[in-house]
Amino acid sequence: MQYSEIMVRYGELSTKGKNRKDFIRQLGRNTKAVLKDFPMVEVKAQRDRMHVDLNGADDKVVMNRLKDVFGIENFSPSIQVEKDMPTISEMVVAMIKEQFRPGMTFKITTKRQDKNFEFNTNQINNMLGDYVLDNVPGITVSVHNPDIEMRVEVRLNGVFLSSETIHGAGGLPVGTGGRATMMLSGGIDSPVAAYMAMKRGVKIDMIHFYSPPYTSEQALAKAKELTAKLTKFGGSIQFIQVPFTEAQETIKEQIPEGYLMTIQRRMMLRIAAEITKRRHCTGIFNGEALGQVASQTLESMMAINDVTNMPVLRPLISMDKTDIIKIAEKIDTYDLSILPYEDCCTIFTPPSPKTRPSLEKSRLFEGNIDVDDLVEKSIARMKITDIHPGDEFMNTDVEAFAELL
Amino acid sequence: MIYFDNSATTQALPEVVDTYAKVSQSIWGNPSSLHNFGGQAFNLLEQSRKQIAELVGVNPDEIYFTSGGTEGDNWVIKGTAFEKQEYGKHLITTAVEHPAVHNSMEQLKKLGFDVTYLPVDDNGQISIADLKEAIRPDTILVSVMAVNNEIGTIEPLKEVAELLKQYPKIHFHIDAVQGIGKGIMDSIFNDRVDFVTFSGHKFHAPRGIGFMYGRRGRRLTPLLAGGGQEKNQRSGTENVPAIAAMAKALRLLLSNEQATNDNERKVRQIIGEHVSQFDKVVMFSKNTDNFAPHILCFAVKGVRGETIVHAFEEYSIYISTTSACSSKKHLASSTLAAMDVPSDISTSAIRVSLGDQNTVAEAKRFNEVFDKLYTEFDKLS
Repeated sequence: MQYSEIMVRYGELSTKGKNRKDFIRQLGRNTKAVLKDFPMVEVKAQRDRMHVDLNGADDKVVMNRLKDVFGIENFSPSIQVEKDMPTISEMVVAMIKEQFRPGMTFKITTKRQDKNFEFNTNQINNMLGDYVLDNVPGITVSVHNPDIEMRVEVRLNGVFLSSETIHGAGGLPVGTGGRATMMLSGGIDSPVAAYMAMKRGVKIDMIHFYSPPYTSEQALAKAKELTAKLTKFGGSIQFIQVPFTEAQETIKEQIPEGYLMTIQRRMMLRIAAEITKRRHCTGIFNGEALGQVASQTLESMMAINDVTNMPVLRPLISMDKTDIIKIAEKIDTYDLSILPYEDCCTIFTPPSPKTRPSLEKSRLFEGNIDVDDLVEKSIARMKITDIHPGDEFMNTDVEAFAELL
Repeated sequence: MIYFDNSATTQALPEVVDTYAKVSQSIWGNPSSLHNFGGQAFNLLEQSRKQIAELVGVNPDEIYFTSGGTEGDNWVIKGTAFEKQEYGKHLITTAVEHPAVHNSMEQLKKLGFDVTYLPVDDNGQISIADLKEAIRPDTILVSVMAVNNEIGTIEPLKEVAELLKQYPKIHFHIDAVQGIGKGIMDSIFNDRVDFVTFSGHKFHAPRGIGFMYGRRGRRLTPLLAGGGQEKNQRSGTENVPAIAAMAKALRLLLSNEQATNDNERKVRQIIGEHVSQFDKVVMFSKNTDNFAPHILCFAVKGVRGETIVHAFEEYSIYISTTSACSSKKHLASSTLAAMDVPSDISTSAIRVSLGDQNTVAEAKRFNEVFDKLYTEFDKLS
């Protein structure tokens, strides 16, 4: 069955008073962004609902995309038919037959926007109900708890029929919760943390540290590919790659082994905070969870967090690894995350990093290096890429391979 | 030569062999290697997976590469049994499955599993009522073939799917080795199926390669432990040349599906209508929607199937007794036996199985030869 439009119902944003308009406008923009490769699709974000006109686009693909867009509570694919009772009746029966299994009940719910239509709501309900009872053998009516609820909307431009309600991703439209940066390593945790930030409406700019030649092009491509995976929740994301080789080499040279990791993290956070400030973002998200590795103890966090007063937000802080992995699998980043490329957190890892670094010692050891100079150099050489839904980075031979396949 | 044994195997297409050769020669790195030469092979592997997933309408992470239909069937059946044995030890399949399914089930029986074989009607189809009755609280798997390899019956997959929606914990497997490219992809990839197995060489890809669809969230115990390839589910260095070749063969197959099926149906009809006029001919395949377009199975009473195969081979026409796997063992067809066809008739059965390359002219030539042989067979019986 080819649907003609998808009717989208808003989530929490319905309750958000005067910000409502912004929410709806943003959701409309995000929806357009994830459907960019369907130029025929029209997205109309209206006060109560959003209508996605398919105009021939593949309804299954569009619905799959909508399932991921934050701010959508649920949606119903609908079919537009002529405003004429026999046509409506036939389509209603055909749609019900597609879902019907013996023993199921149904209900017709009509809304009539077009008050000039020849029948009123009750008449339409009765006529269609009778027609279904006559033409779908074995079906019965249940007004309170139907298995199939057939919604009939008589609008000015036609009659829209829908019988299915599909759950959306919930949350808030990305972009309505302000803008922050995200420290994305390429492991399992940081994409999940980014996902959770986005779920609460935060627009994310990715900051990724890389250390050529210690880290490979593949590791960088992997971080970009992960970012591309995350665009399905709210559209394009800016990816900021920050060279970290010089800082890392300097630290390795100047800092006692036990504090290598702590000072590296302090340096990364310092750079991230500076980028965040300059981009007028208002927070830094990361994928830290308590107790996972040496850098993720409370003492360690205090020693690292010391370098900035910018809010550092850790959505995964008290989550178990297994739960994080479940989300990573759900958002389809897990398989990518476990690809075995070294990132700049894993090179230069000392055999036994301090799990309880002291703040004083961290500050003291850091005195040996020219911190501001290293921060400036990294920022001067950073590179920004806009990453759009559907972009690919891991495989640069797509076209060459297409000839083989 | 007239090749009417396409259900046994098919000829690899020149463009498919071309891909196989090019990949073997130039992208021969190990996809698991860290260097970018291996990375290239990895990317080709994943692009092939993506192409196959898109062609059949599933997610790339739901496609696993195997060595073919036999491995796929063994994996789903035994992998389910091992994975879910704590929940139950009862498996259901049909009486007309390919030996890869049947004998996997028999092996499990020896390990203490309980197997129900569903009977079939005189079209070779199972009944949903029988299936419903067979399901028990300890049932862990229902395995039903898409298209029977001996007579071409299409099993009622959508109806099975509907019924199994009431039993969401049972694994539902479809052996689709004979069903791919036969106009029934909708019923194979229905909204309930958990596992589907395919073999490359049945659609002009090389031997030794196949793939399995496994629904997200459904788990099988791996049968091949080792280096952790295929997300640790099926170890063994990936056969990238064959995988890329298969991805291409599948694209070619599905881009021309409708026209191929129409052609197969026409060729089958010309042969079917002709041979069915003879008194001693008993038809098993029918020209209805319940049968795949490419298989025609019939018997010539009083003449052994093997005799007929060899008689045709004199004219360079290649057909088979009911299935290549059982023909050399002098076994009567298991499908026909399950249909209660007496063994004196089932041992006289032959199978004509068609492919996209077969023509109306070949069908007419087959009929001419059949006429000639039929009079000779008269002397035998």
